Amino acid sequence: MVDLSIRIGDVDLANPVMPASGAFSWEYADVIDLNRLGGLVAKTICKEPRNGNPTPRMAETEAGIIQSIGLPGKGVYYFLDHIVPEYKKFTPPFIASISAETADEFAEMCSILSVPQIDVLEVNISCPTRNATGGNFSLHEEHTAKVMRDIRAATDHPVWAKLSPNAGDIVSIAVAAEEAGADALVIANTFLSLKIRTDNFRPALGNKFGGLVSPALKPIVLRMVYQVAKEVTVPVIGIGGVTKAEDVVEYMLAGAHGVGIGYAGFRNPTALTAIIDDLEAWCDARGIERITDLIGAVRDDDMETDTLVAASAGI
Amino acid sequence: MQDLTASDKYTAAPVRLGEPDPYPDRVAGEFVCRVVSNDMVNESNRLLVLDAPERALRARAGQFFHLLCPTPDGAEVWMRRPMSIYRIDKPGGRLEFLYKGEGRGTLGMSMLEPGGEFNIAGPLGIGFSLESGWKNIVVLGRGVGLATLAPLSQLAAEHDVRITAILSARTPELLMSRDFFADLGANVITVVDSDGSSAVENVEAILESLIADGRADAFFTCGSNRLLMLMKRLGAAHGIPGQVAMEQLMCCALGACYICVRTFEVDGKRVLKRVCREGPVFDIQEAVGW
Repeated sequence: MVDLSIRIGDVDLANPVMPASGAFSWEYADVIDLNRLGGLVAKTICKEPRNGNPTPRMAETEAGIIQSIGLPGKGVYYFLDHIVPEYKKFTPPFIASISAETADEFAEMCSILSVPQIDVLEVNISCPTRNATGGNFSLHEEHTAKVMRDIRAATDHPVWAKLSPNAGDIVSIAVAAEEAGADALVIANTFLSLKIRTDNFRPALGNKFGGLVSPALKPIVLRMVYQVAKEVTVPVIGIGGVTKAEDVVEYMLAGAHGVGIGYAGFRNPTALTAIIDDLEAWCDARGIERITDLIGAVRDDDMETDTLVAASAGI
Repeated sequence: MQDLTASDKYTAAPVRLGEPDPYPDRVAGEFVCRVVSNDMVNESNRLLVLDAPERALRARAGQFFHLLCPTPDGAEVWMRRPMSIYRIDKPGGRLEFLYKGEGRGTLGMSMLEPGGEFNIAGPLGIGFSLESGWKNIVVLGRGVGLATLAPLSQLAAEHDVRITAILSARTPELLMSRDFFADLGANVITVVDSDGSSAVENVEAILESLIADGRADAFFTCGSNRLLMLMKRLGAAHGIPGQVAMEQLMCCALGACYICVRTFEVDGKRVLKRVCREGPVFDIQEAVGW
């Protein structure tokens, strides 16, 4: 039977399948066995309590849903006292996700949350509806480097940097995050989107813009993971459009160590554990002994093709 | 194991009808039910009857299921649709949903055919509660909102609580479930827009007379903002407790995503609550309407 375990920095995970932050909570234990997941990723929290955005917070489009929740929560101390214990009833590594509007506040939150109950700090420096100087630092290389340096100085905990797919050149930003001390890169957050209702000419979301969540993201994010994994040495976690075991395989072939799942868990509350089962079966059916053998195993060495030569070749 | 060669399949592990339930202790599940019937009950509403696995039948009055609706138009219906249960038939092993095929999800549902499969997740949320001191309750519903009040009324009847059911609709033809409530021994009062009897002032007079007759130990409502506000006002004035079932767009329906929040007023402060987790049934006095 295949060994599904992976290691991200110093953190051991029983398998590469995790929920994506914001699309999961301990309340999923009503339906699935959380102890089977590779990691438990909490919803992003902010330092102070927040109500979040006006409703509607979600709208359906032709190619997925767009949503803008606005990071509602009761703040970092409530999180420590009331939410962390809920997650600690389960065994997988616990990944807290945090957001802040300034580098100083990010650093402060990281130091507050550097407690033994939390295994990893995922720093959400890519909230899609914020700007580059107010939370969505990963839109720009220099903002990414600054916030990651400050975070690194504030904590010895493993830090995973969650990056934005809305940046022009995600590879440079990934390299900047790695150089500034990220232990892993999470690629990617949602795509900034807009829907306008044709019945009343109003934006469909209360916050106007939202992030696109959809299986349609997979080929785009897969491309980003592939490009980034070639340029960094830290592990990459791919998030975007995973709905089945083959999607996990695809991300790993592109160079990811693991994946995060959002939409599929909304559509089918049993999806995450089912994907783990199917991943195991997929590997066993092919005699794959270690899931880590798939990481970066895409066969493309012969594909540095000269476009003009290829176009003139016979068929 | 499912066929893994089909690369376009979503993966899930629903409990299938007739197969052993691997997670009998979980409070909610993803179930594949069989469609028994899906017929129109009047010119705008349809009744879906499902054969459901045992765990799905543990649903309580006021709880809901999150339905994976088929597409009505060939494009993907991306999110499930939350729907309260109309009838829980434990001996018959059936769940019933009363709905109006209106949006894409419910239009897709209206295409379900007998013998077909339907994936539902639940039971979810916090339902109605009946306190032991209540001997007379008033349920007030409009349109398909009546569906939500049906299991509550069934529960009340089982506990020998006297029910007054006020059913509101646009026309007499659209009044649903009169027989259902009558069969429970409820005192059924119907009001409609077409003769003006559904006007708030008239419903208020009906409620006032029920209160005066000692027939209103508690209020329950669903489906109309005007009627909710009326029951809230009369409830506050006469010290009558009440519960309201609310709707909202939902995504995960388990409490994780915070998409389905609504505003409530608790101790004079406005707060947001998740309809899926803290509801869908709320204290009428906390509701601020929609």
